[in-house]
Amino acid sequence: MPFTPTKETYSGKIYTVAVGKDSGMITLGGENVLPFHTFDGLLPNRPVVAYEIQDSPPDDWPDEVLSPYADVVNSPVLWAKYCQDTLMAQAIALRLAGTHPDRANRSPEDAAQTVKDVLSSVDIPVIILGSNHAEKDASVLVAAAEAAKDRNCIIGKAQEANYKTIAAAAMANNHKLIAMSELDINLSKQLNILISQMGFEKERIIIDPMCSALGYGLEYTYSVMERIRLAALAQNDLTMQQPILGDVGIYVWKVKETQASETDVPQWGNLKERSVAWEAVTAVSLLLAGAELLIMRHPKSSDAVRKVIEELT
Amino acid sequence: MALTGVEIFKLLPKTNCKKCGFPTCLAFAMKLAQRQASLDLCPDVSDEARQKLGEASAPPVRPVVLGAGERAVKMGEETVLFRHDKRFVNPCIFALEIKDTLTEAEIKSKIEEVIDSEIDRVGQNLRIDAVALINDSADANRFESAASVIASSTYPIPVILCTTNPQAAESAVKMFADKKPIIHGMNSDNLEAMAAVAKTWKATLGISATGLEEIVHLTEKARSIGIEDMVIDSGARRAKEILENNTFIRRAAIKKNFKPLGYPVITFVQRDDSLEEALLASIGIAKYSSIIVLRSIEKWKNLALFTLRQNIYTDPQVPMQVEQKIYKIGEPTPVSPLFVTTNFSLTFFIVSGEIENSKVPGHLAVMDCEGLSVLTAWAAGKFTASKIAQFIKESGIENQIQHRELIIPGYVSILSGSIEDKLEGWKITVGPREANGIPAFLKSRAA
Repeated sequence: MPFTPTKETYSGKIYTVAVGKDSGMITLGGENVLPFHTFDGLLPNRPVVAYEIQDSPPDDWPDEVLSPYADVVNSPVLWAKYCQDTLMAQAIALRLAGTHPDRANRSPEDAAQTVKDVLSSVDIPVIILGSNHAEKDASVLVAAAEAAKDRNCIIGKAQEANYKTIAAAAMANNHKLIAMSELDINLSKQLNILISQMGFEKERIIIDPMCSALGYGLEYTYSVMERIRLAALAQNDLTMQQPILGDVGIYVWKVKETQASETDVPQWGNLKERSVAWEAVTAVSLLLAGAELLIMRHPKSSDAVRKVIEELT
Repeated sequence: MALTGVEIFKLLPKTNCKKCGFPTCLAFAMKLAQRQASLDLCPDVSDEARQKLGEASAPPVRPVVLGAGERAVKMGEETVLFRHDKRFVNPCIFALEIKDTLTEAEIKSKIEEVIDSEIDRVGQNLRIDAVALINDSADANRFESAASVIASSTYPIPVILCTTNPQAAESAVKMFADKKPIIHGMNSDNLEAMAAVAKTWKATLGISATGLEEIVHLTEKARSIGIEDMVIDSGARRAKEILENNTFIRRAAIKKNFKPLGYPVITFVQRDDSLEEALLASIGIAKYSSIIVLRSIEKWKNLALFTLRQNIYTDPQVPMQVEQKIYKIGEPTPVSPLFVTTNFSLTFFIVSGEIENSKVPGHLAVMDCEGLSVLTAWAAGKFTASKIAQFIKESGIENQIQHRELIIPGYVSILSGSIEDKLEGWKITVGPREANGIPAFLKSRAA
């Protein structure tokens, strides 16, 4: 029987989003196929791994992921340079975790200063994240967006509760915007529509449908991402054609599998390798579902995932 | 090729007798075309029609069993390309590579490692399912003696015999008669001899091809000599090719009902770098491999792969549940706070995670609400005051804690009074609506 492979062509296409400035600029999106389906059509840009750094030394990172950064965690500038120059990161995600009222409760002004310092020390694009405190983020991210004016960063995350302020700040200062909703394709679509109704171009949004770790709801994130992609491509839904973000590290490095020692749980095996694998496996499965910007923490897992991206393209 | 509803209709008795349970033969034909009904429901279908329809109504990916007895594992029967459409049916199998160049002691220790791989996760028993003996020596005697070491194990482990030499295959497969092994592989050079061995010993035949065209050629050839159970290997070893070939194979089977590719896929992902191997295996798990052959099975890696397989093969329509019980978060004491929530796994993971983040140890009472989240369970009448009160009373927590305070989710604050009425001597406290408010909530209580 003769065999001809069934190729899928879609009417929809993912928006091309450029981030950063000059030589450090990266481009996301642009494909008209499902993740890595280069046999169906075009995949002009590879997914990108952004290395997460924080504005103040993390107090909730397990040793396994903190120790590679032991020498730099006290300085966001040194930390950023280390990612760019030693780890050869293509992008950095600066999480302003220290601004959370339960943490150091740093002021928006302090946060803005950190953003300025980091931006002046690296050439690669920077994603600027709040502490996920809807109220505080509104003030912190406005200050951060101003401090980063015209550097073409990605600012986030705008959620239903605070999107107006954050989207306005991103718009005024020429940034891209992360729109985050909670594990539901309809909520994600709705937030994209609300944000674009403010006059914010939908082509400048990055979708974050909310991440989850392997074993802790990963299948939900996986399927929501897959469905968003199919809506964008097969149904040509113009409100869902943005690149998707997988904020992997923050979810992975709080689960038991990345913290419990082999002494405590012998049947789980070596903690060092298990925790790195947990982050890398989570990341690779989300890449296959549609994420094309990943925020990760451990240098080893990030490195392994970057190699897989190369092997897949 | 798949028949359309109308084509199927032409082969049916057209009596509209309703014995199949459908109002008309045409309605039944439409259901058959969508594979939502079985031809067995029609008592009057002719033998000729049965034969013609049999092929069309068979599952697009043939079911194949590896091994016998309680360790037997089923593959295939998949019906969709995306897991949100319908549950992926038979979880992929992990097999540990054993090279026949190893010594007897080394082979035995590999088998031990497989036996030792069993773990429980969220109520499921997970393990490395099989071993794949590789004829690395290219020597038939060596292959036979390695196979005999595996055959002599008392553990009934399913076996994949990988050799392109029909003599080696035959001498090894004899030792697994009636154990449903796989002989892998048949290629264009050995096809007749290999198919004969598989047929004689009732083994599943592994098709070892280079590219999809060759698979089609080989499976058709094998079928013409009467082989039905097969697994197929496109020769892909790198990530890009694995994704591409597996996708084309699954599409051909599902969308075109193209029988020559309607078999479970075996993928060889062996790498010296174990993390790299784990990531390649992850691609196989998400993207349509039915058997994944690994070079090493360290416990850390198994846990990650077992978990991903579990996640991907979960039924998207049935919420994942955790067991009803009182969970200890951190190392709680008799004075630590007690929370109650439902047993939707996502709810449990998020709530327990946030209690953990708060660094305040606690007891988390998880109540069986058929896997619904708090609001849904409340709306469905499964998370009600009397049910919560009864659960707390029967849980035995009263013997483990000194206080009598229960923290309920903020979304069901309306229940606090009636729970207090039903739980004598208890104080009900309304917690935050969202789990991410728990750390601040606990912090403010401590202050």
